[in-house]
Amino acid sequence: MLEQVQSERIQTDRTMIEIRDVTRSYGSFKALDNASLAIREGEFFSLLGPSGCGKTTLLRMIAGFDTPTGGSIAVDGQPMEGIPANRRPTNMVFQSYAIFPHLNVEQNVAYGLKRLKLDAGEEKRRVEEALAQVSLTGLGKRRATEISGGQRQRVALARALVMRPKVLLLDEPLSALDKKLREQMQVELRRLQQAVGITFVLVTHDQYEALAMSDRIAVMFGGRIAQVASPKEIYQRPVNRQVADFLGGMNFVKAEIVEENGASLVLDTLGFGRVRTDKPKAFVRNGGAATLGIRPERLRVLWDNATAKFEVAGKVVERHYFGEITHLIVEIPGLEKPLSVTETNDFGADDIPVGAPIRLAYDPEALVAMAD
Amino acid sequence: MTVAAEGSPPLRMAGARRNPLLQSEAVQGFALISPTFVYALILLVLPILVVIAHSFWTQNYLTIDHTFTLENYRIALTEPIYRDLLWRSLYISLTVSLLTVALAYPIAYFISFHGGRHKSLWLFLITIPFWTSYLLRVMSWKVILGYNGVLNSGLMGLGIISEPSDALLYNSSAVIITLTHAWATFAILPIFVSLEKVDRTLVEAATDLGDGPLRSFLRVTLPLSAPGVISAALIVMIPTVGDYVTPKLVGGKDGVMIANAIQAQFGKASNWPLGAALSVTTMIIASLMAGATVLVIRALQRLAR
Repeated sequence: MLEQVQSERIQTDRTMIEIRDVTRSYGSFKALDNASLAIREGEFFSLLGPSGCGKTTLLRMIAGFDTPTGGSIAVDGQPMEGIPANRRPTNMVFQSYAIFPHLNVEQNVAYGLKRLKLDAGEEKRRVEEALAQVSLTGLGKRRATEISGGQRQRVALARALVMRPKVLLLDEPLSALDKKLREQMQVELRRLQQAVGITFVLVTHDQYEALAMSDRIAVMFGGRIAQVASPKEIYQRPVNRQVADFLGGMNFVKAEIVEENGASLVLDTLGFGRVRTDKPKAFVRNGGAATLGIRPERLRVLWDNATAKFEVAGKVVERHYFGEITHLIVEIPGLEKPLSVTETNDFGADDIPVGAPIRLAYDPEALVAMAD
Repeated sequence: MTVAAEGSPPLRMAGARRNPLLQSEAVQGFALISPTFVYALILLVLPILVVIAHSFWTQNYLTIDHTFTLENYRIALTEPIYRDLLWRSLYISLTVSLLTVALAYPIAYFISFHGGRHKSLWLFLITIPFWTSYLLRVMSWKVILGYNGVLNSGLMGLGIISEPSDALLYNSSAVIITLTHAWATFAILPIFVSLEKVDRTLVEAATDLGDGPLRSFLRVTLPLSAPGVISAALIVMIPTVGDYVTPKLVGGKDGVMIANAIQAQFGKASNWPLGAALSVTTMIIASLMAGATVLVIRALQRLAR
């Protein structure tokens, strides 16, 4: 279903938002430090990072609520400098939704249209269309104070979409919803974005949300953009330890660089021996040391006499049960930190006794080299 | 009393055996609020009842004739002097509340939206006039507006007028000016409080949807601060209808208000029943005006779309 929708994408290679060397300083503190980014037309783009990383500042600068102290922002080829928020081709869904409490649902959605002075029929048609897009048909007369959190979020969406913006900005729109509703809204938001074809820029600190919804993600730390890539690449080929750590679990193994050339690296490690890996695009060598990473789910338990071309042996020191999966902590001779391993429970990983010897298989493709 | 454990019907019986009145939740509730209730009864309701009772009696030289009569109300409503005074009082208090709210709003807005870290300092500064007595503040307006006052000398010094104007003091405008100044703080505070409650992201949302600063103010900030405007208007309007110190000091012959007449009836004229009837009439009409003001502000608020 999602695949089919995917093929209808209106995504082009044209740049919709151009962020060039943008800096935002508050005194000596830099909320945003020389950030550059190009967001494509029709793209679902996420700004992901921990709180205080500058993602919301960047979003607010695109919307016009904050001004860069350096650098420039252009939307659809038009420089945004000096253009106030009310005259930008962007609309925003606020974290708190900011539904006008003195107006009903319909009036909230029609708020921005009033200024356009459409004739009554056209305005009504557009409001109803927007309400239908977010499945709120029939709730137009409800008071803003009489609707649920999920419905408020839909009203905020409809109110922004009805303006037909070039870019829709979403500031942590799902963070106030409970887990189940949040997951449902992730799917709906993605579908909606593909149906309307508008460029979405989402700010979130939830890595799963970003991975599930985005075409591309920018991971930010301390006011800087660490990596911009597709969800799959961000997850599988994180550019540094920070990114790897922020997006789910990752085992880090100390490594020594033996050989470096254009496309690959040869690393020497204690637990995994000598490995050849792809060299990450942004790899900058820092002395002779590097870090090798492997995701816990890419380590497989080898049962009985099964063998694999690449394996490591060790001892189970901890076991944590999570329903469909079990989390094993495995000590490997030579590694200073034990490896964490996630294994599905289909074959009885939940029955492996603590203290038992264990062998783990891995695919060398799953090993990622990161600069130290 | 083991019956309580056997379900509700025996419980009711047990209650009946003790005292059904003390078992009722309503009675227990009244018992809890009774100290404040008695206090309010003695200090608020009783005096009003005494006034209302007097308004139906007649003054008979030194004694009061307790036979029921509506004569006092006939005088209060039909005598041209009282009618004029009442109208003037309503006009003055309505004008004062409109002016006060209009002047207080920008101040409250400034403190709330642009006060930054100094909000409490600003609020503190606003209360400074209250450190002096109200009478002194009224007297200082006499100094400003008087024949040889600050305003006249200033205007003469600038060559705008050639001789002192006596149109500034001792009329209803002087009363309006003095009252507007005196009540400003009482209007600023409720408006400030309601402006503080306006979620700033709502203003951002309005801007995001295309509104400039003026439009977002008229469509979001102003309607959402309507409760503060309503309380400010009422706080100013209701006491100023019955003010008698200010008209006495700066009002002159043309600034006399209904409260001065009421005071005269209770004082020099010594006709308490007529004074009481005038009081009750003023009270009712002032309440009607206050109610109408609330309705008008609410209707205006609903115009915001």
